[in-house]
Amino acid sequence: MTAPVGAPLSAIAVPEAPRSLWTDAWSTLRQNRAAMAAAVILGALVLLVLVGPSLSDHRYDKPNWDEIAVPPSLTGGHLFGTDSLGRDLFTRTLMGGRLSLLVGVVSTLVSMLIGIAWGATAGFLGGRADRIMMRIVDILYALPFMFLVILLMVLFGRNILLIFVAIGACNWLDMARIVRGQTLGLKQREFIEAARVSGVKPGRIILRHIVPNLLGVVVIYVTLTIPQVILVESFLSFLGLGVQEPQTSWGVMVSDGAMDMENAPWMLVFPAAFLAVTLFCFNYLGDGLRDALDPRDRSGR
Amino acid sequence: MLRLFFRRLLESIPTLLILIAVTFFMMRMAPGGPFDSEKRLAPEVEANLRAAYHLDEPLWQQFGRYLWNLAQGDFGPSFQYRDRTVTELIASGFPVSLQLGGLAMLIAVVAGVALGSLAALRQNKATDYTTMAAAMTGISVPNFVLAPLLVLVFAVYLGWLPAGGLGEASLLEGGWKNLVLPVFTLALTQVAYIARLTRGSMIEVLRSNYIRTARAQGLSTLTILFRHALKPALIPVVSYLGPATAGLITGSVVIEQIFGLPGLGRYFVTGALNRDYTLVLGIVVFYGALIILFNFLVDLIYGWLDPRSRE
Repeated sequence: MTAPVGAPLSAIAVPEAPRSLWTDAWSTLRQNRAAMAAAVILGALVLLVLVGPSLSDHRYDKPNWDEIAVPPSLTGGHLFGTDSLGRDLFTRTLMGGRLSLLVGVVSTLVSMLIGIAWGATAGFLGGRADRIMMRIVDILYALPFMFLVILLMVLFGRNILLIFVAIGACNWLDMARIVRGQTLGLKQREFIEAARVSGVKPGRIILRHIVPNLLGVVVIYVTLTIPQVILVESFLSFLGLGVQEPQTSWGVMVSDGAMDMENAPWMLVFPAAFLAVTLFCFNYLGDGLRDALDPRDRSGR
Repeated sequence: MLRLFFRRLLESIPTLLILIAVTFFMMRMAPGGPFDSEKRLAPEVEANLRAAYHLDEPLWQQFGRYLWNLAQGDFGPSFQYRDRTVTELIASGFPVSLQLGGLAMLIAVVAGVALGSLAALRQNKATDYTTMAAAMTGISVPNFVLAPLLVLVFAVYLGWLPAGGLGEASLLEGGWKNLVLPVFTLALTQVAYIARLTRGSMIEVLRSNYIRTARAQGLSTLTILFRHALKPALIPVVSYLGPATAGLITGSVVIEQIFGLPGLGRYFVTGALNRDYTLVLGIVVFYGALIILFNFLVDLIYGWLDPRSRE
């Protein structure tokens, strides 16, 4: 992504094959104002979530019985007010954001690894192996995954590691399908043939030659999977099956806030707004990346 | 067509079996059982209970028994509601969920296709941008965030609609008011997805040669849309109906919880929290079968819409 932005025409005209996709993509993306705004907001949000809690005067997990459900105010010391246990809502919202974003990123990585491995293998091997592997994906598509994740959480306890793996393991199907499609195309290209002819083993071809060329597509779908995963986590937390006190996530806070919303609407509004804005930004950024990086999907632009 | 029908039918059976097996063994392997409670049962009582529910048999035998009964439409007794069978519970909860989900699906398809087509016809104009921004909002705001906010506005502040429950009145005599908020929140995400899909495929179809020919012949936009463009543009929408059903069913779990509707989603959550094995298993199997059946129907519609896919 460090391509020379705004370089003079002569510099772009130089055939610099491996970079051209990313240079192109970057310039397309820069023109997409919604996507750029989303990227900036997300950057600010991540920074705020990482740094904010340590700058705050309040601890996210310490109840204060003298300041229960204080409304938000600019001067009162509680920017977002406090919750029903007197804990500072601003600090809690940021701590919740840490967890929601962490789940989003880690679970997406899990799903990415499974999806790439499965899709690239199926696409590269082709033939019968491909048919069987993709048939399995089709079958899994038909299963009500959310129900299985809920069951897992209920049965095996609300362990954060399990959340990562369970959510990740349920979201790799799209990635596998897309990666396979791309691999089928890549497989026909000369450089793969060259590698094969010079005796490189299939596993190595996949790792060294196929996977690096999948990056564009993977970047798009990672950006689009993160909001889905964040959504699943908050969904679980909303049902009371996610993370446990005093840890919190946006889903937990929305759930708590919804219970008190008649008397203290701010408890619902702030975490809900953070959650919605985050999902919004990831979706816009993902859409922008798709327009910039995916040559097939140019419709409507 | 007939071959496709039988092939798909044959394929759905192993899918369903895998689902049943995964759920069944997962529940049996988990720590904790349905008879864990605050006061410990006497060992003899517990042994009797386990024997009564056949929990003392080897696992594979329990699984076989479950499948055998299932084939006869018997989901077994509920552990939690001692005097009712799971079949009865599903029979009482499903109509509520079906009403909710069916209405939401109807709205999702009609509104989604209409909005998507409108945006495609007005591509890159204000209508297009507004519709797509609204769709993005629909996708980004989770239904469990939207639902409480709508309750706050329409039930608490304005008092126009009830906050939850089903009410006593029948649908036509005011009972519909209870369904407005749940159906709307449930449908919104799917409306947004379908609108985006329709817009994309409709733009592509509108660019094709035969549409240009139709235009050149002087047909009106509406005629072109309904007579020529709609059917091919619906192909991706139809293939999305399977995931949409799964999405609606998942969403209904939360929506039923928030609005206090006595549907299957609510039974599922309480059942899971109380380790009511048979109830939870029954609902997963039931919904799984429903989704598989729906995918099967979608495949058939797809074959009708897109002759290329029949091979």
